[in-house]
Amino acid sequence: MTPLAAYLLLAALVFAIGLGIALTRRAAILVLIGIELMLNAANLNLIAFWRFGPHPEALTGMMFAIFSIAVAAAEAAVGLGLVIAYHRHSRTADLDAMTRMKG
Amino acid sequence: MMIASCASLMSALVEPQMGAVLACCQPWIVRNLWLIPALPMAAAGLIALLKQPYKKAAAGLAIGSMFASFLLALCAFSRVLLSWHAGTETRYVLNFDWLSMGASSVQLGWVLDPLAAVMLVMVTFVGLLIFIYSVGYMAHDVNFTRFFCFLALFAGGMLGVIIANSLLLLFMCWEIVGLTSYLLIGFWYFKPAAAAAAKKAFLTTRIGDIFFLLGIAWLFAQTGTTLFYNYGAGAIESGALKVLLSQPGALGLTAAGGIALLIFAGAAGKSGQIPLHVWLPDAMEGPTPVSALIHAATMVAAGVYLVARVYPLMDAGAGPGQTTVALTVVAWIGAATALYGALVAMAQNDIKRILAYSTVSQLGYMMVGLATGGVAVGMFHLITHAFFKALLFLGAGSVIHGCHDEQDIRTMGGLRKEMPATFYTYMVGMLALSGFPIFFSGFWSKDAIVGSAHNWVGSQGPFWMLLTGALLTAFYMTRQIALVFFGKWRGDGHAHESPLVMTAPLGILAFFAVVLGVLGTPAWPWFTGFLESRAVPFDWAGFAEPGLLPLMGVASLIVFAGLGLGWMLYGSKPRETAEALDPVERALPTPFGWLAHRLYFDELYGVTVLRWYGWLAGLSGWLDTAVWGGLVALVAGGFRELGRVNKAVDTKWIDGSFDKGCEELVTGGGVLAWLQAGRSPGYLRLLAFGVLVLAGLALLASAVSGQVRL
Amino acid sequence: MFGVGVPFFLASFITLVGALAAATMRNLVHCALSLTVAFGGLALLYLQLGAQFAGFAQILVYIGAVAILVVFAILLTRGVGTSLIHVYARKWGLGLVIAAGVFALLGWALVTSLPGAQAVAEPEVSMLEIGRALMSTYVLPLEIVAVLLTVSLIGAVIVAMPEGKTKEDGR
Repeated sequence: MTPLAAYLLLAALVFAIGLGIALTRRAAILVLIGIELMLNAANLNLIAFWRFGPHPEALTGMMFAIFSIAVAAAEAAVGLGLVIAYHRHSRTADLDAMTRMKG
Repeated sequence: MMIASCASLMSALVEPQMGAVLACCQPWIVRNLWLIPALPMAAAGLIALLKQPYKKAAAGLAIGSMFASFLLALCAFSRVLLSWHAGTETRYVLNFDWLSMGASSVQLGWVLDPLAAVMLVMVTFVGLLIFIYSVGYMAHDVNFTRFFCFLALFAGGMLGVIIANSLLLLFMCWEIVGLTSYLLIGFWYFKPAAAAAAKKAFLTTRIGDIFFLLGIAWLFAQTGTTLFYNYGAGAIESGALKVLLSQPGALGLTAAGGIALLIFAGAAGKSGQIPLHVWLPDAMEGPTPVSALIHAATMVAAGVYLVARVYPLMDAGAGPGQTTVALTVVAWIGAATALYGALVAMAQNDIKRILAYSTVSQLGYMMVGLATGGVAVGMFHLITHAFFKALLFLGAGSVIHGCHDEQDIRTMGGLRKEMPATFYTYMVGMLALSGFPIFFSGFWSKDAIVGSAHNWVGSQGPFWMLLTGALLTAFYMTRQIALVFFGKWRGDGHAHESPLVMTAPLGILAFFAVVLGVLGTPAWPWFTGFLESRAVPFDWAGFAEPGLLPLMGVASLIVFAGLGLGWMLYGSKPRETAEALDPVERALPTPFGWLAHRLYFDELYGVTVLRWYGWLAGLSGWLDTAVWGGLVALVAGGFRELGRVNKAVDTKWIDGSFDKGCEELVTGGGVLAWLQAGRSPGYLRLLAFGVLVLAGLALLASAVSGQVRL
Repeated sequence: MFGVGVPFFLASFITLVGALAAATMRNLVHCALSLTVAFGGLALLYLQLGAQFAGFAQILVYIGAVAILVVFAILLTRGVGTSLIHVYARKWGLGLVIAAGVFALLGWALVTSLPGAQAVAEPEVSMLEIGRALMSTYVLPLEIVAVLLTVSLIGAVIVAMPEGKTKEDGR
């Protein structure tokens, strides 16, 4: 088992945990937390592949990870803004109760 | 029809028939002969458009058109007269195609010959006088305009019958005459008796008309034409007659005999011969001018005229000294009618009914005259009878008017003092009818008939019947005059003389009733000569014919006997009250009762024909309602059921399916809406699951393709 | 084992603990804080992999900004007296299964397809090179990210703005 495999395995595990958070928790914010974890796991993947892959001097992996971090931050801001807006409207952050479109 | 005939006339002018005289070469009056019936018909049409209050306009139109027709009739008469004196052909014919069916065509036409000419003058003249009389008689009637409309239409129809050269045209005008007779008899339709009488008249003449139509059809089938005269090709000209004599008819008759009898059946209906006479007395329900014009002078004479017109057909096949079957039948029926009419007239109490039965009787005389003595004998009596019978009817109308619409002679009496003009003219008419010798036309015409019956080759039966009839005629007329004008007044109120507009025509008719006799004396048989288109010199030797003078003597004696008997019974011992018994009734109550009940002809018909007819009508009714109606109801019911099934299918299946479809749509929409309820956790799961599946697939694919070593 | 040393296991242990804690804790603030711990562990991992810039960027951005943001959001969306009775959503088992499936798939793919050990030299990465790369090769993404950040900033503000006036106008 190479070190790459270890890192990748870890990243997969973190990703799975992030997905689990997003799918199984009731609070809306936890979905966002889960998303952040998933993004982070992907970042780890990227860095790992940059370190152990060919041409690390091209900095491709790291750059990708940097940009991913920036985008994730922006997305977290907007998402949390949405949650706040929804909470202002209906006083809840319960995902299961967020079914206003029920027909 | 008139428009079509005018159009056909125009074409006839352009394309003449083979061998015919060009229409433009005919004398003016012959070309315009159609105006004579057309003018009164046009007047009738115009009057029909007028409203009731326009009495003067209606009367003016009718009388004006009749006067114009009279002038044209005089033109026609003078033309025939001229050609008679010139010795040229006296028969003018104008034929045209009415319906062309490919090669063959149905032709109509009009004819102007002595027979037609003399009838035209008589009908227009008497008609004109009666029209003038009606102005006075119907002055107080609300339906004045309607009356003149029908009268004018009748006049047009009658004149059409006279000038028709085609049996078909004659039949059409015959029907018009029948229709107007119905309309005029039932003029006061609100009286049930009048309405019933009109219906009776129409139906009875209809029975005759059916046979008439059969005769026409048979004739057309055999000869291919309905024209009387067509320059040798006509239906009663020698060529056609030869054909008809060779064809067998029914019951041992030739076709000629069969057709002749059928046509006579039609004439019998119109002219009130036994057994179709029953309508004539009931027709007295109509206004008196109607009775005078239609049921004395003209319409009933149409039957006699028809027999005279088709006389060559009736006479076909008989050599000199022989007579045909058809003519024998005519003679016997005529004689029976003559006797019957005279018998029944003796026991009647309604002034018009006596005259009605008298008409029936005289029509019988005319038929006998035609059958035994030829066209001239019968037609002469027709002409003279027209005048004096019209006179008698108009006089009766004057009496009724003067007695304030009273018609029962038992409640009249002594009217010669109050109504002198009516009395004197009525006297003239009565003497003419009875056949008072020498001075009155009736004597000459009736004597001619009696003479020809005596000389008949068939049998002497008609002769004796006619003599008896003459006796009875004189008798009942004396009875009538005695009860009405002599004796003392038995009615209520006072009688008054009629106005001049009514008495003037009476006078004119009386004049002619006397004068016309001159035309038919044996010394100067002008009438016979005119009709037969031969020269007639005035010759006293005419009286020297063997057997003539004794016959005239016998006839005169019989008339005197009748007059005397009547005066004895009714004149010398005037009736005291209205309810007193008639002398004859006292003496012979049962026969008198039979006669008063018209020998129960109507009752006989009621029991036999009418009952059978009623049964047949009931059967037809049942058939119609139950069988045909049942069929129709069945079909209708079937359709109704079909409709119901349709509706059920429509509601349950079509609508139901549509509703179900909509329901399904709604449910489906609900399902789809439920899907999109916004349940984000579910979507997330789905998303993740999708990613899982896709990733797995991608991996598998790349594993299969060898990129990934698994 | 794995050819990695103890620091790896330590950092991964911290990350996993943080992640799992975030997955299971009842209190949302505790979840956010454990998330922060996970971020920290990940930063350590980046440092171990020689991506110093990424590691420090991770600390600065994620721990310093995102985590704070999350905590803020949690605090702002706390209702009065609202305590989530149920921690887990309905049908959480299904979610768990799916997550497990994902891990299984990834793990299986990983284990069966990775090549053998290859020793790669540790790259020498200097800030100068990173800077140069950002300004030359990656200038477009840089600019785009800049725009993105601006837009998301404005967007977040607008989305989270109280509705106040507009509600009254719209009546």
